[in-house]
Amino acid sequence: MSVTLSDSTAANRARVQRSTRASLVGLVVSIIVVAALAYGPYAFLSKGNQQNLTTLFIYIILGTMWNLLAGYAGMVSIGQQAFIGIGAYGIVYAADILGLGLWIGLVLALVISGIVAYLVSFLAFRLSGGYFAIGTWVIAEVIYLITTQFDTLGAGAGISLTTFRGYKPEIRIAVVYWIALAAVVVAVAVTYLLLRSRLGAGFTAVRDDATAAATLGVNVTRSRRIAWVVAAMGCGLAGTLLAMTTLNVQPGSVFKIQWTAFMIFIVIIGGIGTIEGPIIGAIVFYALERYVGDVGFWYLVILGIIAIAMVLFLPKGLWGLISRGGRLQLFPTGLRLATPLATPLATTTSSPTSGTPPTTSAEDL
Amino acid sequence: MAESELLSVHGLSKKFGRVITADDVTFDVHEGEAFGIVGPNGAGKSTLLNLIGGVIDPDAGRIEFGGRDITRLKAANRAKVGIARSFQIPRPFVDMTVFENVYVGSSFAGGTRGQHGYDRAYAALETTGLLSLAETPAGQLRLLDRKRLELARALATGPRLILLDEIAGGLTEKEIPPLIDTIRGLLASGVTVVWIEHIVHALVSVVDRLMCLAEGRILAIGDPHEVMRSPEVIEVYLGTTFDIGEGRAS
Repeated sequence: MSVTLSDSTAANRARVQRSTRASLVGLVVSIIVVAALAYGPYAFLSKGNQQNLTTLFIYIILGTMWNLLAGYAGMVSIGQQAFIGIGAYGIVYAADILGLGLWIGLVLALVISGIVAYLVSFLAFRLSGGYFAIGTWVIAEVIYLITTQFDTLGAGAGISLTTFRGYKPEIRIAVVYWIALAAVVVAVAVTYLLLRSRLGAGFTAVRDDATAAATLGVNVTRSRRIAWVVAAMGCGLAGTLLAMTTLNVQPGSVFKIQWTAFMIFIVIIGGIGTIEGPIIGAIVFYALERYVGDVGFWYLVILGIIAIAMVLFLPKGLWGLISRGGRLQLFPTGLRLATPLATPLATTTSSPTSGTPPTTSAEDL
Repeated sequence: MAESELLSVHGLSKKFGRVITADDVTFDVHEGEAFGIVGPNGAGKSTLLNLIGGVIDPDAGRIEFGGRDITRLKAANRAKVGIARSFQIPRPFVDMTVFENVYVGSSFAGGTRGQHGYDRAYAALETTGLLSLAETPAGQLRLLDRKRLELARALATGPRLILLDEIAGGLTEKEIPPLIDTIRGLLASGVTVVWIEHIVHALVSVVDRLMCLAEGRILAIGDPHEVMRSPEVIEVYLGTTFDIGEGRAS
């Protein structure tokens, strides 16, 4: 016999707008760009550029996943390299060693990433805030060390991915490019749809105030676990792509913490807490690496200075600048109330944007 | 008509270190009742609401809601069975809009998906007078509106029991009567209210029964006027320099 509010005011239907003209344009442009990129290898993309774009796609996936985890779900992890490594080793193990081939190997690598993330979460979730961050790093190091103990995985010496043996190089590069393109579309789309769902509202609620979220019925741990596992599978996906591009998995390379540092950099310069931010951030990061990366030591100094400057002067990142503080949203995740005043009872003249609440209505608090 | 108990608290105890904030607390709240709680600062009022809402676990004791033992139930699940809560210090989701804040309540605890969830959230904003601020990020609200948001989110869950923690605290005299009207409206629609408040005249004008807590213990419980007139309550709650006519002053 619970009393529902909507009973008395059932006539008032809330009209919620989930897409705007900008978001429709964004969707159409995205489809055109993806279609053009998919056609690219037949027309205008050289082998070198396909490889460059594959690298960019890996960065976009990594940035998107760290953004989901830290930007939306509020979990600052510095151990995501664990899942890059697991993805990379996972595809070698499943595709080559188990002999399941590229496609099943790819899927299995993702499943393994997800299972490991799920199991590890019971340990990592005992920690919060800064302790959680350090804890994820420690867990990543442990996973790295364990991986190097297995002779079948090449011990510490690394292992080659042989599933592409017999492919002509140009075919292999194109196939990997298409897989990476599909992967980036899936990673961004899954993140976008997840954040638009009820679950996405739960993520942000838990991030802003876990106690309040719990008293409103959000299962805090379950919500965090979903974000954690999805982000791990995304990083695992990036790991499989790394293995496919290098054809050789080195433990010291796939498990290095720099991966997480790059993810953070991508998210910070692009704009945290937006879908668009990590895409922009990945492009900028890729360009910096490409054109400034050969100055060696100074490259890292430059990255550091840029990151610090962004945090200080442009905390919403480049996308925050382009979108004029969030007014332009190509991929809106929020709920916009289109009819805030469509109530026959409202006698006040307040407008949706005015900062003053009605002061005379008996309905007032 | 026999009064049915919606909430039963039996022997509830909670210590933080050596500070006792709930000491063998036992009381019932009837279905449809307005139940007030007063007590000096540090009496354990908010702790009691935290225990009932499942934000913290008791050291000992049992809580029943609608005849069901909920002592081990997590906060999220208590919200789903119909216990809603407003916090003394508002806890908005600062980066979400007011409407999104309320939608969290209607869609998770309220269990209403999609359009039903939107409608429920909309109705809660209407009831609390927040509709004009629906699109504002909750972090930009001033105190009064943050308090309204606490109430709106709680309402949106479709509660059977609502726990109000100093919802009138910090409001002006002019702002209180509309609040009381809103709470009366809730009661009229059948919701049970447990309300902690320092503004005693507001509380006494609404509640059916009043409980006074001090140092985690129940000092008095019953008719609001009688409770406020009882010597123990006057001494503990109103302070130490009060002469109550029997020559007892301290």
